[in-house]
Amino acid sequence: MPGAIYAEGLVKTFGDVRALDGVDLDVPEGTVLGLLGPNGAGKTTAVRVLTTLIKPDSGSASVAGIDVLRKPDEVRRSIGLSGQFAAVDEYLTGRENLRMVGQLYQMSARDAKARAGELLERFDLADAADRIAKTYSGGMRRRLDLAAALVVSPPVMFMDEPTTGLDPRNRQALWEVIQELVAGGTTLLLTTQYLEEADHLAHDICVVDHGRVIARGTSDQLKARTGGERVEVVVRSPEHIAPADAVLRGFGKGTSSVEKHTRRVTVPVSGGAKLLAEVIRELDGRGIEIDDIALRRPTLDDVFISLTGHAAESDAGETAGTAGTAGTAGTTGTTGAAGTTDTTGPAEAEEPGAQQEVSS
Amino acid sequence: MSVIGSPASRAAALRVHGGIGRSVRDSLVVAKRNLIRMIRIPEVVIFGLIQPIMFVVLFSYVFGGSIAVGGNTDPNAYRQFLMAGIFAQTVTFATAGAGAGIADDMHKGLIDRFRSLPMARGAVLTGRTLADLVQTALTLVVLAIVAVIVGWRIHEGVLKALGGFALLLLLGYAFSWIGALIGLSVRTPEAATSGGLIWLFPLTFISNAFVPADNMPTVLRTIAEWNPFSATVQAARQLFGNLPEGYPVPAAWPMQHPVWASLIWSVLIIVLFRTLAVRKFRSATA
Repeated sequence: MPGAIYAEGLVKTFGDVRALDGVDLDVPEGTVLGLLGPNGAGKTTAVRVLTTLIKPDSGSASVAGIDVLRKPDEVRRSIGLSGQFAAVDEYLTGRENLRMVGQLYQMSARDAKARAGELLERFDLADAADRIAKTYSGGMRRRLDLAAALVVSPPVMFMDEPTTGLDPRNRQALWEVIQELVAGGTTLLLTTQYLEEADHLAHDICVVDHGRVIARGTSDQLKARTGGERVEVVVRSPEHIAPADAVLRGFGKGTSSVEKHTRRVTVPVSGGAKLLAEVIRELDGRGIEIDDIALRRPTLDDVFISLTGHAAESDAGETAGTAGTAGTAGTTGTTGAAGTTDTTGPAEAEEPGAQQEVSS
Repeated sequence: MSVIGSPASRAAALRVHGGIGRSVRDSLVVAKRNLIRMIRIPEVVIFGLIQPIMFVVLFSYVFGGSIAVGGNTDPNAYRQFLMAGIFAQTVTFATAGAGAGIADDMHKGLIDRFRSLPMARGAVLTGRTLADLVQTALTLVVLAIVAVIVGWRIHEGVLKALGGFALLLLLGYAFSWIGALIGLSVRTPEAATSGGLIWLFPLTFISNAFVPADNMPTVLRTIAEWNPFSATVQAARQLFGNLPEGYPVPAAWPMQHPVWASLIWSVLIIVLFRTLAVRKFRSATA
């Protein structure tokens, strides 16, 4: 039986760009699917097809068991959509926004009013309920947008990059709301550029690139493919490289790698922050002076490098091209060698705004 | 029960509306939203008022003494003649507002929000055009008062005058659907504003609104006489009793039957552009 969100062979082209190039999805009821990919990968286009906003060139899809192409209006009754750019009317108050959306979901005026009050309370917007949304902070607007998507507590939710541009505190708060939502039985499809977010929220992850799903699995499965986390140490003087390497190999789960000119030693590990503390104690105990030490978790780029041999690039991204070359060299070497390249390089390549989402 | 959980209970409580009832209800919800916006951004309404008032004053006093209508060079005769033209120009300039508003909604992602809701498909646009109609009506009231102050009068009774205003509003409503289509077709509110205005200048000037068409070159005169805009201006003039004595009524059918011509034109424009705009809305992508 197909899941609460099901898609088969979705294709959508915009001019020469194949925004979706044969995407299959199957999200069991009550679970969360994370669509992970860089800007322009086709994530937003997939959401727009599934929420009836655009028609695919070919393929089929159903949401909550209803055919998206044949019965779009019925699908709209069963879904909530929270967008990348908070779609609230900035000249309406928070309360007016929610009441309007409720009425357009065909609730009675009275029900819509009551529901708006409930949601404003729940989303910590009660004090600001009668102020126009223009005066809200970014986090408040995002909460209002999410509240608008939840007016009818739809069984299936779509969130397009829900936390992009939010500060860590607001991101954490939004994550908690999403977890509560899923605990209540909602099926969720969320798109994100952050592996950490997908890791935190999603049961299953689909990695998309150039309109195709290039990998799918749980976050552990994906991380296993990308080498997981690693410890990176920069020692004070060159003679400490060898002893530091010996210490790290003792903690490591794979081959260590050494970059002499930067005095950097890297090794894949598992065990997180606790392990990092042990490494520091051990290095200190042996009198090895360090300039820098960090626990690196795989980023979206690491996932991409290991899956595709190139960084999370866009069609226009020249920097991503060079980063991709470095990444290819990394994967052909020892595990974790990718970490010896400057990790900020690929990260810059996926800076939001540097590229355009295909459908926007 | 958790506020954000339990989807099944909520979804079941949804009432299912269909057809016309839903269309009307959703349109009114959206119209209310747009009217609230107008109150919160009064600058738009105020600037919308200043422009036609300036036109009334400038045309009356600057051109008034130099333009003869029906052989009559009395500035007051021109003032009577002019008002229907200014009223008609004012209602059509509201199209730019509709276009800019809709382009802005597209730009901000609100159209996506609306399109993902189980609401009547045409309601977002109908709500917008209805709100614009209310704004246009208010503008006309203020403008009529200013016109009376500078000496404009009606001569055919209140009922006929109201009929004249009704035709003007219908024309404005029809044009706001053209504005809606423009707003859906351009990428930014700025483009919608300028794109919504430029074509209005030839439309309103190649007409009988500010000067009689009979002194124009033949081609322009024919365009002016068949211009939907001219039909409404002529109809309003007739219903206000503002046609000066000795003013020759052109032989073209719309000028001979301006009330019918005005009605037919406006209804045709609504049917055509509403169809096009709603179709565009269904496939709209920001």
